[in-house]
Amino acid sequence: MLYNHLKILESEAIYVMREVAAQFERPYLLFSGGKDSIILAHLARKAFHPAPIPFTFLHVDTGHNFPETLEFRDALMEKIGARLVVRYVQDSIDQGRVVEETGPYASRNGLQTVTLLDALAEFKVDAAIGGARRDEEKARAKERFFSHRDEFGQWDPKNQRPELWNLYNGRKKPNENFRVFPISNWTELDVWQYLQLEQIELPSLYFSHERDIINRDGVLLATSDVVYPVGNEQVERRIIRFRTIGDMTCTGAVESAAGTIDDIVAEVASARVTERGARADDKRSEAAMEDRKKAGYF
Amino acid sequence: MTDKTQQIELLRFTTAGSVDDGKSTLIGRMLYDSKSIFEDQMEAVERASENRGDEEVDLALLTDGLRAEREQKITIDVAYRYFATPKRKFIIADTPGHIQYTRNMVTGASTAELAIILIDARKGVLTQSKRHGFLATLLRIPHLVVAINKMDLVDYAQDVYEQIVQDYTEFAHLLNVQDVTFIPVSALRGDNVVEKSEKMPWYDGPTLLHHLENVNVGASLNNVDFRYPVQYVLRPNQNFRGYAGQIASGRIAKGEEVVILPSGLSSKVESVVTSDGELDAANVGDSIVLTLEDEIDISRGDMIVRTNNLPQKSNRVDATLCWMSEEPMKPRGQYWVQHTTRLVSGFISELNYKIDVDTMHREDAESLKLNEIGRIQLTTTQPLYYDRYQINRATGSFILIDPATNNTVAAGMIRGKSRNVDQLREGEVDTSPSRPKSSNVVWEQEGISLAQREERNGHKAAVLWFTGLSGSGKSTIAKKLEQRLFADGVHTTYLDGDNLRHGLNGDLGFSSADRQENIRRASELAKLSFAHGNVTLACFISPFTADRRFARGLVPDGRFLEIYVKCDLDVVKRRDTKGFYAKAIAGEIADFTGISSPYEEPENAELVVETDIQSVDEIVEQILAALYERGILPNK
Repeated sequence: MLYNHLKILESEAIYVMREVAAQFERPYLLFSGGKDSIILAHLARKAFHPAPIPFTFLHVDTGHNFPETLEFRDALMEKIGARLVVRYVQDSIDQGRVVEETGPYASRNGLQTVTLLDALAEFKVDAAIGGARRDEEKARAKERFFSHRDEFGQWDPKNQRPELWNLYNGRKKPNENFRVFPISNWTELDVWQYLQLEQIELPSLYFSHERDIINRDGVLLATSDVVYPVGNEQVERRIIRFRTIGDMTCTGAVESAAGTIDDIVAEVASARVTERGARADDKRSEAAMEDRKKAGYF
Repeated sequence: MTDKTQQIELLRFTTAGSVDDGKSTLIGRMLYDSKSIFEDQMEAVERASENRGDEEVDLALLTDGLRAEREQKITIDVAYRYFATPKRKFIIADTPGHIQYTRNMVTGASTAELAIILIDARKGVLTQSKRHGFLATLLRIPHLVVAINKMDLVDYAQDVYEQIVQDYTEFAHLLNVQDVTFIPVSALRGDNVVEKSEKMPWYDGPTLLHHLENVNVGASLNNVDFRYPVQYVLRPNQNFRGYAGQIASGRIAKGEEVVILPSGLSSKVESVVTSDGELDAANVGDSIVLTLEDEIDISRGDMIVRTNNLPQKSNRVDATLCWMSEEPMKPRGQYWVQHTTRLVSGFISELNYKIDVDTMHREDAESLKLNEIGRIQLTTTQPLYYDRYQINRATGSFILIDPATNNTVAAGMIRGKSRNVDQLREGEVDTSPSRPKSSNVVWEQEGISLAQREERNGHKAAVLWFTGLSGSGKSTIAKKLEQRLFADGVHTTYLDGDNLRHGLNGDLGFSSADRQENIRRASELAKLSFAHGNVTLACFISPFTADRRFARGLVPDGRFLEIYVKCDLDVVKRRDTKGFYAKAIAGEIADFTGISSPYEEPENAELVVETDIQSVDEIVEQILAALYERGILPNK
């Protein structure tokens, strides 16, 4: 068991979370309702058992979340007794902090960066724990476990501290903060295997179901108030599931009959497209993610 | 979880090679041939290759992450890649290999259990191939793989391969590497990467992936010495007090006796707690919570160890340091030292030499610059509890943090307790401070008695113990006195603190325990010298009454003269002959007698001399008079 890869990854993530609790004064855990942040919540519970989780959970709600995600979020917070604060992109729009994109392809995905940075400032967060993984995207391959952000919340890829052994340096100036990624070394398959191993509950969106979708440039989007057919796009009913759960305007579904975690593990193991491949936001340009990261995107 | 996934092991490895060695192509090939590349990633790479006008799809583009690198076609930071086979999950720390990126190679190597070193078959063993081997060895990576790449460009010739194997093997002998494997490959064509090459029937070893899947994992872990740095204290209610941490090495079981450092208090392990239930025992790498039978005040940075297996303790350590910041090392400047979960203040008290990573030669240096590696002596305000990096990566490593910028500026590997400079230059002495208790030693009776010696010498033996603040003039007086005695034909021995600390006591620091041991050894030495009939002049600050009493107890009454060399503190501070007071006042030297550590004035010294009032000659006469008076020297 000692060399079982999931056990090693779990222990590493727990170690990182405990370092956050020890080194920072106001650590928050960024919770999106997706599987990666559900795993973070699970790991946080394990790391501090039998004590309560010493992090406040923060959800940046774009207002375009799937209702299933929000229901699941509230039930989970209740179950693990965590403190949750929610900040809304809609508020940032109302306050004139951001200008909403218009038109049928409008997405609030880019806007949530501002809401997030405002929330971090509001709560004087010195460490924000996130569920990003290095395997998700090329720009993330060089991300640190402890990622230093300047006082504007920006990430400078050329000025990141070297990380040696497991010695994480969380020292910083006032007004600077850190993003911390405990599951940096996990791959999508690791995540699913771990969900399976630990029998962790997930929102129903991850499992196969019937839904109305439209095919927009190869991305299957669920129809809703904010996603509707344009031009000659057709609404179709398909058997689908989601590999990631984000903003409804850019989270693509995959056609799948996988109805259980076991089915999904088998499916992921033989998948031929990355999970972000189904996200419209990454397709905007080749270096899309890198640009968003520099601006403070999670 | 199914049985199949239960068996998946994890191997972390690093790759080093220069821009043109084909490192990115090799990684791209491993990912591609092991089917770890997704269609959308492949499409993106095909698109990018096409945009640049490349004829073939460039697999290197799969791994070159940041835009700047893609533009310059070089990798500039450590990037982590993942792939898995049914047998193992692999984490690759992909590090660039140019001279200026030693920093990145060291970073990547710090967590790796295997290093792949790429050599271009056309170029043979270059300086940089040696540098990679040297750094891998320095960081104690247990397995080295030398991948001889671009075999397709030398017509898959066996003699080219053999020559490189021979050259590198010769070099590897200098390194003390445990395990080196040579594999001829072509990353571009895929030969011997995942699939066995048909072009090289003369090679009957494993393919690269086969080797990665089968090499022994866990070789860099220490399974023996239990070390548990406390990360975080859990206190949910009055009834539970748990210490959260990750076992850095060794294992622990319920009921075992432990001791807590630095307090030195002992207890027993009451329970090993996890959220999945209590365990009977836990191993290296496990993140657990320990509770103890006794209520002891323990906080982050403390270390729990087994009573009969203790780490080393010192506030002066000898270390290899790799400098990682644009800002050069500030000799004697203050840095934060992060070691396990402990953060202490410290400074580099000496830079012994820097190492040319290409030739492995040592050079004199005043400071270390970015990407330079040197041998240093680190002094910390509080002692570190450590093991040598060689035997324990987790408790033998530390980083330095610049308090002005908060940046991580250096990575250090502890070699042992501090030693003096001259010995360091002689050669690599094993600094393990093991001090075996001499059991079954029978005291050797001297064939010649003290009385016989004294009769031959024409004077009595004695110990003159000079005590006083640093810079008070102890050695100046003793040296002058010795000259006078020598001229009169008196047999003498001269001992002083500085000299002893350079040799016999080179393993000791300045903590009170080490000071006590320093004086204990000095006292024993004085006793031996006394037994051989010498007038022994011993100069030691020896600030503590108890230690001086110990020295006195080793020689017969009347033969031990405690000489208190008295001098006003303000005067010695002004004299400051060795520059120590300035540093002690600045806080750069901890536990400095008179400044941050007490000096207990002797109350029953045989002689008190006052160097701020009397001249050296006067004092020498005063001591000589006392020796005649006591019959140690014969009356003229």
